[in-house]
Amino acid sequence: MKYLFYPGCSMDASALEYKAATLAVLQDLGAEVVELEDWTCCGASVAAVMSDLLGLVLPARNLALAEQACQEGETCDMLVGCSACYANFRHTILAAENPATLGKINQALEVEGLIYRGKMQTRHLLDVLANDFGPEEIAARVKRPLTDLVVAPYYGCQTVRPFAPYDDGQHPHSMEALLEALGATVYNHSHEASCCGTALLTTKPDVGVSMVGEILDAASPADCLAAVCPMCHLNLDSYQDKVSKSLGRTIKQPVFFLPQLIGLAFGLPDSALLLKRHLVSVQPVLDKLGLKPVPGRLVTA
Amino acid sequence: MATLINLTAVKRDADFADRLLSTGESVRSCIQCGTCTASCPAAFAMDISPRKMWRMVQLGLEDEVLHSKTMWLCSVCYQCQVRCPRGIPLTETIAKLKQLAREEKIQEWRESTGFYQAFSDVMRRYGRMREIEFMARYFLTTNPLSALGFANMGLMMMLRGKAKPEMPELGGEGRLDRLFERVAELEGRK
Repeated sequence: MKYLFYPGCSMDASALEYKAATLAVLQDLGAEVVELEDWTCCGASVAAVMSDLLGLVLPARNLALAEQACQEGETCDMLVGCSACYANFRHTILAAENPATLGKINQALEVEGLIYRGKMQTRHLLDVLANDFGPEEIAARVKRPLTDLVVAPYYGCQTVRPFAPYDDGQHPHSMEALLEALGATVYNHSHEASCCGTALLTTKPDVGVSMVGEILDAASPADCLAAVCPMCHLNLDSYQDKVSKSLGRTIKQPVFFLPQLIGLAFGLPDSALLLKRHLVSVQPVLDKLGLKPVPGRLVTA
Repeated sequence: MATLINLTAVKRDADFADRLLSTGESVRSCIQCGTCTASCPAAFAMDISPRKMWRMVQLGLEDEVLHSKTMWLCSVCYQCQVRCPRGIPLTETIAKLKQLAREEKIQEWRESTGFYQAFSDVMRRYGRMREIEFMARYFLTTNPLSALGFANMGLMMMLRGKAKPEMPELGGEGRLDRLFERVAELEGRK
């Protein structure tokens, strides 16, 4: 299997650490990953509000590029780490099963010199880690188990809703066996598949902070959270000051991207995991694991 | 507190529900069970609850629905859609309501409509998001003073290398201009 990697806007900017850790972990697992060339924005939750067709054409442009990049005789999936991108691609793939819709999409893509044939499938990173590799293969690569670390999984919404065929949209579980394979203890909580508030943190800050607060509050007995979407991560990591004010108690909860935790357990260096980019320091977790970060590398203290 | 609407005294559009869904399934089949409201993480902040809004759509109360805050509090989490016992694609229908409110140039919720416009403009110009320019455009076109509430976080993000200022490129053709224009042409908007 060849993975044509679509990073999307966030993983190439604010969530660069998610991209770095994803590529490093997949390389360690021996996966063949190639970044898609000339990709453009999937349209986020914005394009469909501008127009129906734009909401299909922006994802389809990238699916067409992925089809083009897949050589004859190869089996390819388009790999996505951002859940909003993933939901947009899934939505477009399903809508394009209607020949009239596919025809309309291609009338638009003509100006880009592209054709979408409706053949490319998209996969979320969580799906690939849980199902193409799986807990056993991941456990076999663990060099420094995350023993005693209590991790609260956080899936968010579009990772599993409404188009994900690999997990339950309301009671997802894909992360559990993976975290256990790393030696960590899973802390289940009531808000694993709740929404992080996405753009409400900007447009309606009070409402957004309240939504993030509920999640952080539910997960607070754990040592840290594990996220699989750059938008979720941004909201959970960056607004903890405001959440603390609104809850009336201090919340300082490290939020990891799942591949960063996998990378820690695989013994990958800090240059691959970029742990110092988060707004809430992950140091308490490293201390608990007895790891001391040194420039470029993480070594056991 | 319940608000009473005198249905004989207000303007109603009998086809409102049908205009929202091009795919055939209709909000008309909503049985008012309230699962959507019970599932919505932002319902507590809405002026009209989701259940009530769908009833108003059935009744053709277009003005009241398009001027409400409800759709702008939807964060597209799909919880109501996956739980709807009638299988109505509710979340996708809300995108359609947002489209209509934008077309009608409804001004009340500029902090939301301005967000979509600024995001779309940056996407069209560069083909990819540029977070700092997007936020600058957003605050300048909505409420510049509210940017102060984000100053601290923005600074922290720059210090951690999470946000990187780039010079705006204002002249010349935007990366996705042709595609945006083609889509508008195909939808008969130009």
